[in-house]
Amino acid sequence: MDLLYFAHIRETIGCSNEPLPLPENISNVGQLIDHLRARGQNYQAAFKDETSIRAAVNQCYVNFDHPLRDGDEVAFFPPMTGG
Amino acid sequence: MKIRVQDHDFSIAAEIDALCAGRTDIGSIVTFTGLVRDFHGKNKIHKMTLEHFPGMAQMQLEAICTTAEERWPLQGVTVIHRYGPLCPGDQIVLVITLSAHREAAFQAAEFIMDWLKTDAPFWKKEQTTAGAHWVNAKDSDRQKRKKWQK
Repeated sequence: MDLLYFAHIRETIGCSNEPLPLPENISNVGQLIDHLRARGQNYQAAFKDETSIRAAVNQCYVNFDHPLRDGDEVAFFPPMTGG
Repeated sequence: MKIRVQDHDFSIAAEIDALCAGRTDIGSIVTFTGLVRDFHGKNKIHKMTLEHFPGMAQMQLEAICTTAEERWPLQGVTVIHRYGPLCPGDQIVLVITLSAHREAAFQAAEFIMDWLKTDAPFWKKEQTTAGAHWVNAKDSDRQKRKKWQK
């Protein structure tokens, strides 16, 4: 999978994108967030407040129960503030 | 429908001309332009940076405008949204809607802006006298978007 991070999530983690082979025990976006949190303090801080995280899989907004497949592009970002 | 996501500035007059050239069936033109303010509460803003999700930003703006075209009888739509570093006074976003009668153009322009605020993947970071911070999404913006839901 390709993971993309934007805005304060990108800054807190310290990178804008990284590859990750889909771990065997992960089947949806929420589980992926838990998996990432276990990678270190920067991830824990970035994903601290689930209510302020939005996700997109293959550039479509999804809920955290959305299933994942290897090869998906998964993006995490805070609520949008354009305009 | 013309949707552009770009780092450079735009000309409102040039965009209106491009939409209306050679046409005499248009009854009304509504434009909205969003600018960078120089204040956030008591703090002065020196600079703003707009981050975006390339590709998805374009797709989302197209989807929002397609919905607007389905809901109102529009004769044309242009949306331009900038990204990158901006200064107070700079233009951020332009919405132009054309219709035979004004109601459709007014409503569609407001709808596009209300949806764009919550649904288009852009994020503002302000550099102020009190330091740099990411702008928080406002509940009032979510409420404005909600009112359009059927």
